[in-house]
Amino acid sequence: MVAHLLRLKVALLRNSMNRTPWQLVGLIIGALYGLGILVMVLVGLAVLGATDSALVGTVLVLAGAALFLGWLIVPVVAAGLDMTLDPARFTTYAIPMKSMLTGLALSGFIGIPGAITLLAAVGTAAAWWRHPVAAVAALICGALAALTCIVASRAITAASTSLASSRRFRDVSGIVVLVPLMLMGPIIAGISSGITDFADFLPQLANTVSWTPLGAIWAVPAAIASGAYGAAAVKFLIALATIAALTWVWKVCLVRALVTPAFSGKARRKPGKLGFFAMFAQTPTGAIAARCLTYWFRDPRYSAGLLISPLIPVVLVFGGSQTGGMDAVGPILSYSGAIAAFMIAWSISSDISYDSTAFALHLASGVCGKADRTGRVLAASVLALPLGLLFAIAGSVVSGTWAQFPPAVGLIMGAAGAGLGLASVLSSRFTMMAPLPGESPMKSKPGNSFATVLVQLGGFVGAGVLAAPVAVLVIIGAVTGQPLFGWLALLVGLLLGALYVVLGIRIGGAQYERRGPELLQSVSVDR
Amino acid sequence: MNTSIAPSETRPPALSIRGLAKRFGEKVAVDNINLDVPAGSFYGLVGPNGAGKTTTLSMATGLLRPDFGQVSVHGLDVWAQPLEAKKLMGLLPDGVRLFDRLSGEQLVTYAGLLRGMDKDTVALRVKDLLAALDLTRDAGTLVVDYSAGMTKKIALAAALIHAPRLLVLDEPFESVDPVSAANIRDILHDYVNSGGTVIVSSHVMDLVQRMCDHVAVIAGGKVLAAGTVDEVRGEMSLEEKFVELVGGRNQTAGLSWLRTS
Repeated sequence: MVAHLLRLKVALLRNSMNRTPWQLVGLIIGALYGLGILVMVLVGLAVLGATDSALVGTVLVLAGAALFLGWLIVPVVAAGLDMTLDPARFTTYAIPMKSMLTGLALSGFIGIPGAITLLAAVGTAAAWWRHPVAAVAALICGALAALTCIVASRAITAASTSLASSRRFRDVSGIVVLVPLMLMGPIIAGISSGITDFADFLPQLANTVSWTPLGAIWAVPAAIASGAYGAAAVKFLIALATIAALTWVWKVCLVRALVTPAFSGKARRKPGKLGFFAMFAQTPTGAIAARCLTYWFRDPRYSAGLLISPLIPVVLVFGGSQTGGMDAVGPILSYSGAIAAFMIAWSISSDISYDSTAFALHLASGVCGKADRTGRVLAASVLALPLGLLFAIAGSVVSGTWAQFPPAVGLIMGAAGAGLGLASVLSSRFTMMAPLPGESPMKSKPGNSFATVLVQLGGFVGAGVLAAPVAVLVIIGAVTGQPLFGWLALLVGLLLGALYVVLGIRIGGAQYERRGPELLQSVSVDR
Repeated sequence: MNTSIAPSETRPPALSIRGLAKRFGEKVAVDNINLDVPAGSFYGLVGPNGAGKTTTLSMATGLLRPDFGQVSVHGLDVWAQPLEAKKLMGLLPDGVRLFDRLSGEQLVTYAGLLRGMDKDTVALRVKDLLAALDLTRDAGTLVVDYSAGMTKKIALAAALIHAPRLLVLDEPFESVDPVSAANIRDILHDYVNSGGTVIVSSHVMDLVQRMCDHVAVIAGGKVLAAGTVDEVRGEMSLEEKFVELVGGRNQTAGLSWLRTS
């Protein structure tokens, strides 16, 4: 039975290559990349082996723990990364649990990431060429470590599938990961400035990690090399306990997943809650605005954007305070509100792509172009403008002066107007391969052509050009210190922003009515 | 053989298709189809998988631009006056997503408001539709959490909300439970009796024979037969006639080992 599962995995891999030659090319490139990394790792390990064994131990423990963490995190972030042998598909076959676990675990090594991990882990023996006993131990421990990685990723996948039958968990988990990624720069900078002597810190960290499930298995050869056989034995036991515990978690979750259907019965909810629909005008335009606004909060693909946009100014402020000191924080906060507002405004450029074939409802209802465009613009501006204003106000409060408030508001209005107008036109002409409804917002789609990238780039540049008059006034005002230019920037920003929105809705609306069926056709390609 | 029957009454047909054709790359999906759906009829569209039913209905309802041909709904050209023609039609498309992050109630309300109806009428009809389709208890649940049958029903509600004169339903009974299917049939019969026109596409011949008064058999992008159900089927059952027209039945002895005795 185990052999059957392994053969199935190989067959699936082979068949996926038969589908298109590009799959084969992709696999070859992936394999070459993996092999390159493997060779570099092995050479590095051998060179490392020439140094003293304490350093070797530190490096191996930290690198190994990082690898292990990677195997734990990747399946959560990129849900369904490799579900070719999805246990749920075996429910109808009566496969004994033991065979299933063994087969699934071993099949993890068939495929580039698994194979490379196994070879690299076993290859850590190369670093111990000066300590033959430790090298032998490293061979065994490496194999065990690679198996632990696979089992860990399987366990966490199984655990999250039992959770993931609740849609809300799936929605939220994808977004939550984004926030630390966005703040990576500030976090790393904060940590590294806190620890003044990084080099001293690493061996301590490695020592601590080597007693935890994360690093224990990688530390066994080092302990043997330094003659600490007692410590080696304890760490090996920790490692064995880890893999046993992970296997147990995996088994329990798998057993549960196999008897729990993917559809989770939700508590029934009574009618009467119309949400945003009750707040907007009850016209086609108002309904579309209410629907879009509902999506901004309920659909992770939109809420991810809503969450990221305000973080951009925070990152900018951090960068500014590093170089320009605390004086720069206020103005940067105010003006970067324009970027946050623009990011939200611009995201309606992918609105129809995100609608996917649900867009058929708009088309079949005979919604006129103006209503469709206006509704989407309304929803985005309800979010973008207050957010921008919030930053402008916060910046003024932080800097203690309201001098930059009018020009900042002008810039926000100009940038948001340019984004909304341009996106309304472009999205009625171009669609892109976006994550489908229900998919992770992180998922990038293959097949986004060069043209799509050009459209996005063109949109950014175009919006920059459209908002330039306001920006010029803002800069003149800042250089000369004349409040008049600030007020001029506010006026021009309001006027231009409104003009762009009106023009965008008119041109985009006309184009929408001409090309409605073609838009539906192009989003139907990928569903 | 394109047998299109002349409308029996003097008023224009609810749906009139002339010389409709569509090609996807090398494949001709719809090949010069002519069809008249008389006003007030319950019209079945049957055909094997890949016959071109969905493509034809998409072109007839303004979702897919045809390569050739005209479509008119109650005398209005769908492709020349799309906004006006679409007002007369209600559509339940197959294989199309819904705005499934809305609750069932919100989705039907949305469909009504998109049609430009006033809010009080929308609220009243949403309530009626949810009750008629047995969805009231799940009205506040997000459509994404609905089962397949419930999703079909809520999409049907969204198609009915503006009381269209022509209702185009692509596979309306797929994965719908028997009780709901019977309710839906009652609703559709009432609707036809009050003067509306229904077009349903289906694989289930038995259902079409019992439910519809007219039928068209489509295969390979062509109309093989069209007319009243009795005209088309003659002495045979619709299923037998369909198999005779379309062909492709397996005449072998079957699976001899699949016998338990």
